Amino acid sequence: MTQEATANFPVEDPTVDQQTLENLKSSVELEEVRDRLAKTSGPAYWRSLEEAAQTGAFQTYLHNEFPEQASTPTTALTRRNFLHVMGASLALAGVTSGCARQPVEKIFPYVKPPEEVIPGRATYYASASMLGGYATGVLVETHMGRPTKIEGLPGHPSSLGAADAITQASVLNMYDPDRSREVLNRGTVGTWESVVDEINGVLDSQRPSGGRGVRILTQTITSPTLGAQLKTFLARYPEAQWHQYEPVGRESVREGARLAFNQYADTQYHFDVADTVLALDADFLNAGVGHVRYAKDFAARRDVFEGDTHGEHQEAQSLNRLYAIESAPSLTGAAADHRLAVRPSHVETIARAIASGLGLPGQGTAGADLSESETRWAAAVATDLKDTAGNSVVIVGEHQPAELHALAHAMNGALANTNSEKTVEYTDSAEVRPENQLASLQSLVDDMAVGDVKMLITLDGNPLYDAPSDFNFSEAMDKVPMRVYLGLHENETARLSHWHIPAVHDLESWSDARAHDGTISLAQPSIAPLYDGKSSTELLSAMLDDIPKAGYDILREHWEAARPGINFEKFWTTSLSTGIVEGTALPTKPLRAGTQVTPSVAAERGALEAVILPDPSIYDGRFANNGWLQEAPKPLTKLTWDNAVHISPATAQAQGLGLDDLVQVTLGDLTLTEPLPVWIQPGHAADTISLHLGFGRTEVGKVGQGIGQNISSIRRSSEMNLVGNASLEKVPGSYKLARTEEHHLIEIGTISEERGLVRAFTQDEYEADDHVVTGHFHDPTHNEDPDNPVTLYDLEEKKWDGYAWGMTIDLNKCTGCNACLVACQSENNIPVVGREEVRLGREMHWIRVDRYYYGSDLDNPATHFQPVPCMQCENAHCEVVCPVAATTHSREGLNDMTYNRCIGTRYCSNNCAYKVRRFNFYNYGRTPMGQHGDRALGSKNLTKVMGEDSTHAHDNPESIKLMRNPDVTVRTRGVMEKCTYCVQRINLARQDAKRDGGEIARDGVTTACQQTCPSSAITFGDINDSESGVSKRKKSHRNYATLADLNARPRTTYLARITNPNPELEA
Amino acid sequence: MATVEKLTPEEVTAKNYPALAPVAPLLGPGHDYESISDTITSVVVEKPHPPGWFIMAAVGMCFLSLLGISTAYLFARGTGTWGVTIPIAWGFAIINFVWWIGIGHAGTLISAVLLLLRQDWRNAINRFAEAMTIFAVACAGMFPLLHLGRPWVAFFILPYPNSMGLWPQFRSPLVWDVFAISTYGSVSLLFWYIGLIPDFATCRDRAKNRFAQIAYGMASLGWRGSSRHWFRYETASMLLAGLCTPLVVSVHSIVSFDFSASQLPGWHTTIFPPYFVAGAIYAGFAMVLTMALPVRKWYKMESIITTRHIDNMAKVMLTVGLIVCYGYASELFYAWYSGSSYERFMMWNRIWAGPYRYAYWALIVCNFVVPQLLWIKSVRVNPIPLFGVCMFINVGMWLERYVIVVTSLTRDFLPSSWGTYHGTIWDWGIFAGTLGFFTVCMCLFIRFMPMVAIHEIRVTHHKNTSHGH
Repeated sequence: MTQEATANFPVEDPTVDQQTLENLKSSVELEEVRDRLAKTSGPAYWRSLEEAAQTGAFQTYLHNEFPEQASTPTTALTRRNFLHVMGASLALAGVTSGCARQPVEKIFPYVKPPEEVIPGRATYYASASMLGGYATGVLVETHMGRPTKIEGLPGHPSSLGAADAITQASVLNMYDPDRSREVLNRGTVGTWESVVDEINGVLDSQRPSGGRGVRILTQTITSPTLGAQLKTFLARYPEAQWHQYEPVGRESVREGARLAFNQYADTQYHFDVADTVLALDADFLNAGVGHVRYAKDFAARRDVFEGDTHGEHQEAQSLNRLYAIESAPSLTGAAADHRLAVRPSHVETIARAIASGLGLPGQGTAGADLSESETRWAAAVATDLKDTAGNSVVIVGEHQPAELHALAHAMNGALANTNSEKTVEYTDSAEVRPENQLASLQSLVDDMAVGDVKMLITLDGNPLYDAPSDFNFSEAMDKVPMRVYLGLHENETARLSHWHIPAVHDLESWSDARAHDGTISLAQPSIAPLYDGKSSTELLSAMLDDIPKAGYDILREHWEAARPGINFEKFWTTSLSTGIVEGTALPTKPLRAGTQVTPSVAAERGALEAVILPDPSIYDGRFANNGWLQEAPKPLTKLTWDNAVHISPATAQAQGLGLDDLVQVTLGDLTLTEPLPVWIQPGHAADTISLHLGFGRTEVGKVGQGIGQNISSIRRSSEMNLVGNASLEKVPGSYKLARTEEHHLIEIGTISEERGLVRAFTQDEYEADDHVVTGHFHDPTHNEDPDNPVTLYDLEEKKWDGYAWGMTIDLNKCTGCNACLVACQSENNIPVVGREEVRLGREMHWIRVDRYYYGSDLDNPATHFQPVPCMQCENAHCEVVCPVAATTHSREGLNDMTYNRCIGTRYCSNNCAYKVRRFNFYNYGRTPMGQHGDRALGSKNLTKVMGEDSTHAHDNPESIKLMRNPDVTVRTRGVMEKCTYCVQRINLARQDAKRDGGEIARDGVTTACQQTCPSSAITFGDINDSESGVSKRKKSHRNYATLADLNARPRTTYLARITNPNPELEA
Repeated sequence: MATVEKLTPEEVTAKNYPALAPVAPLLGPGHDYESISDTITSVVVEKPHPPGWFIMAAVGMCFLSLLGISTAYLFARGTGTWGVTIPIAWGFAIINFVWWIGIGHAGTLISAVLLLLRQDWRNAINRFAEAMTIFAVACAGMFPLLHLGRPWVAFFILPYPNSMGLWPQFRSPLVWDVFAISTYGSVSLLFWYIGLIPDFATCRDRAKNRFAQIAYGMASLGWRGSSRHWFRYETASMLLAGLCTPLVVSVHSIVSFDFSASQLPGWHTTIFPPYFVAGAIYAGFAMVLTMALPVRKWYKMESIITTRHIDNMAKVMLTVGLIVCYGYASELFYAWYSGSSYERFMMWNRIWAGPYRYAYWALIVCNFVVPQLLWIKSVRVNPIPLFGVCMFINVGMWLERYVIVVTSLTRDFLPSSWGTYHGTIWDWGIFAGTLGFFTVCMCLFIRFMPMVAIHEIRVTHHKNTSHGH
């Protein structure tokens, strides 16, 4: 099987009727066949007379069976169909010479193209994943033509090999069984040809007026190809309009740049050279364009590792210092050395005080409204920024007003951070057409409302769900006589459209897009479209070209035109296999911001302010049907499957609200129709509520249906992100939020501090005493003085020859972002259990990220994260209690699980001090994503419960099975499972080493969590090799084992967190 | 037999013997050998059954059906139907298992240990108590199976030759459990059956219909009552009693190892074996009385199971109850004295700070406070208050296992992994179902087998009447 694959995805085509087959039989003329075979130089093999005859009917049959441009599939993708067609395509290999599952066009494996697919070995393809218009390079792991896992692309500037939770989970989006499968015309099945005809009909009628009634609505576009197509379209229909809208918008960022520079510009930050960082309500470590790269760069400056192997801390001097001012706690706030929680409107006030401390003129009365401690804080920050001028960064969150962004540009300018080779860099915008998207959408709505729009083509996005409520989008859209929607799901917008065209997923399509620094990715598909999807470029081509082109041709032709006079084939091959187009990063622009920045106009402020944020898991709602993301515990709250009103403990007390109480939320004059549960968030700013987008989807699919409440329904265009006047009204009843950690607030912190679970010290404390990390806690393995042993246990009791696998997790680098959790879920086929099961505490994640609050101040505690995989204890407590030896120790120190032997006593979990074991209470691996909620008679009646998911009809959809990693067993009901240190990866490395007659290379095995960690917090390797990365880290004085006193001797250890507080602010 | 001088109480006083409280008789007045046999066998062979029996059997059958439904549902859908979760991976199944095993203990203690100690008063209740043991062990034995995630491969836990060349993992207390429980079950069954042989023969001889005659005839294994039979019978009884005696101590000790061999705070305690054995006897006696008191009333057997019997059992209960409470006090002391912060936190959490403190204090009320009423003689000899106290102890002993299993698991080492636990309707369904199973078995036992050992009561009668011969 070569890469020149055959066909569109095989689905049984009902259009092949019996008559065709009859014709086929009758039309074979033996003489003709002999002639043909004598002349042919084509396929050497033929399977039947019909094939050899190459009759017209046979060709028709072939086309229908393997449609190049696909006829309409109406049957679901099932295993039977899949095997059926796989078999057929192998049989017909002589005709079609290839494998059925890969795209028609030639795609290029990453770096080293193998001669052919080796069964059992994964092939990796470079591609890109898009979010908010920007691309993140990805490496798609495929097994026999099936993408199974997404990793970051090492060569891509926004990734450097890491990927966040959302990017990794997008593989599940592609296999989502609820994706649209066919073109829908007003609710009934239509065809691609008829929708194209109808669109072109409208276009023809609009041609005399220059396309006055035609509107195209897209999300943010950075794709050069699509951008060029749109420009061509607008040139041909000069009166037509193209609008862009993203619900998680960057209006403030764009407008801030305009205020500062009188032009649109993108800002790039270089945290790896920044000594001092001031984050003004900016969660740059976990959200926004380029955050994965920023997390990596930032973490590089939290590394206390190099210096302390010999007790010298020379590297520790270069620890950066992060100040964060924020309203809703974020991961950046948790990572900060100093954090201030204030009302959203107050952020700017403090920023102005700091700016005035930096010597920026015209800050007005800045400082007057500040409390004493805030004044001190602002002064200290200003001093620190000045001390590190040129090596500092001031960064503002996307939801803060444009004026604050402009102020930050001014501050960075004043600090000389923007000088060449420094921390802040300006470039042209990576967007094809930067604009005020809200204004753009407003004008569209206005035009639609007065009936000027005759045809609206929406390319992806979901404005009906996420447009600001005061736009009355659905009402306006309803006035448009021809509405076309191209998207992955039959969502809210699709339901109100006349035509719905299923879109292809990123993994199925040919496209291009820019990274945060402008570098262009060429995204190749790694699988042929599962369903009959079309890309945006294909739809535009159908509108622009006489003969609609395929996505591949569109992309290739664009680039051929863009790169004339070069060896294009070489360029194409290289760009596809490396995933990026070399040298396309946008050049630095020497922009200087004006120092005079007018303050933002103060909106009316009520007793409560509100901040509206994208959800950390499901973003703006486009991932609402993604079980992995819905179930990924939100980093700080550990909530799953719901949104809530987040308030501070002080505000909860003032308002008389408790956890899980229900409240009616009002923003300005709009009230949410259904109440939302209350979540009390330590560290939240007082008198502020935060709300998350992405929930309350009504047309989304089985997983995301009816989860949470839609904040967009009370979001107004005047106050998209920060709302001046919000109110909560308690209503009777309560709602139990599904969370993966109990809500004990500070109590837990106190206990975990006593037990030394997360250990955090300041840099000064650490420098003063090497043993500060381990000294206070009993650890039998720290037996330094042989004459005075701390333990009677024989530490040499077990010898580990050969490889001894171990892991360290650097708590100084971990940001708590969940990337490892989703990586593990994808790598290890971990099932999704659903909200009911999470409420019961039955989530299955093999690695979890524990979050602890330290300190007595509920309103601003220190926040620590601790990822917990299996500790792979040398004296594993789980092993001795298993009655059937289903969990045993390998010679390399792995605590293995034999699923086939497990009878499910669950004793091992009881005896595991780290509680890392997960049990299949139901047949989670086989039942659909998150559909196990009906556990008892409590909420549903017996017949319904008995009827559900105990029958085969409710088996996991076949498409989900295609996503499974074939190297990892899918577990059944009643067995225990847990982290294996990705033993399948170890074994693969071992096989390779054996084949080559050597040892596994030093640091030659990478676990899934380690691979994807944006901040490189996880190190894995052989602890018997004293030069391995993990051995070196284990020698650090920061290295400690949690619960070491139990003498389980965990192989997974932690590196203590070392903070770098400003001595001036230490009380 | 030596001649004993018969004295009236007045004569005793006159002779200046130390004053002894008058001892209530072990057999009611007016019984002879014939009437003993009549009273006991008539239940089996002729007497119409009192409404109480029918009510008890009917209720038991209802709950037994519930057991069927709950078990079918469990097997169809999985352990997820229960309240167990991570970190509380053990729940009702283990609580009920320990509770039922404990209940079984009274039977063994009464039949074996008291036999060896020549406590004649046991004769009236030992059959009943042994039957209870068998049924309680049967109930207990269900739970380890139901508890498994994959019950269809439960046989992996047995040491059988297999192509994988795998033994069970002998270091696991769960494997010890398998041996302990199966040994206990089989020895108890054997002991009970041997005791029944002479009485089956009596039933055979008195049976009114052919079918009963054949059935009892087969069950009595050709017993003719010859002195050789009696000699062998006595020898076998004594040998089995000797075998059973260590089991009284060993079974519940091994069950307690399930907990104490683990490392969980609140489980990892050396006091568990004796504390569990005492708890088992406590629970067992309470259950014997719970069943015996109404049955005695319904079948008008007050003259066979006399006030003296129930008084003695109440005294045993009081004594063992105090030992159990000493165990509670020791747990508290050790938690403090250990100096281990985990232990201290666990105990503080159990009794004061945690969500299950109510269960702990309910247990203290049931197992410590209420049973103190047994110091009062009128409570001990009066069936109604005694029945009430027994019910408290039954509940209290169940709560004790609930507290041990649940509070220790909900909050252990890592606060991030704390959880909460509540039994679901299916947990309760299976528990209630085993109660039904037990009740139905007891009803059938009462209906078809002599519930009191006839020959032993006749021996009692013999001893009562043969003074002065």
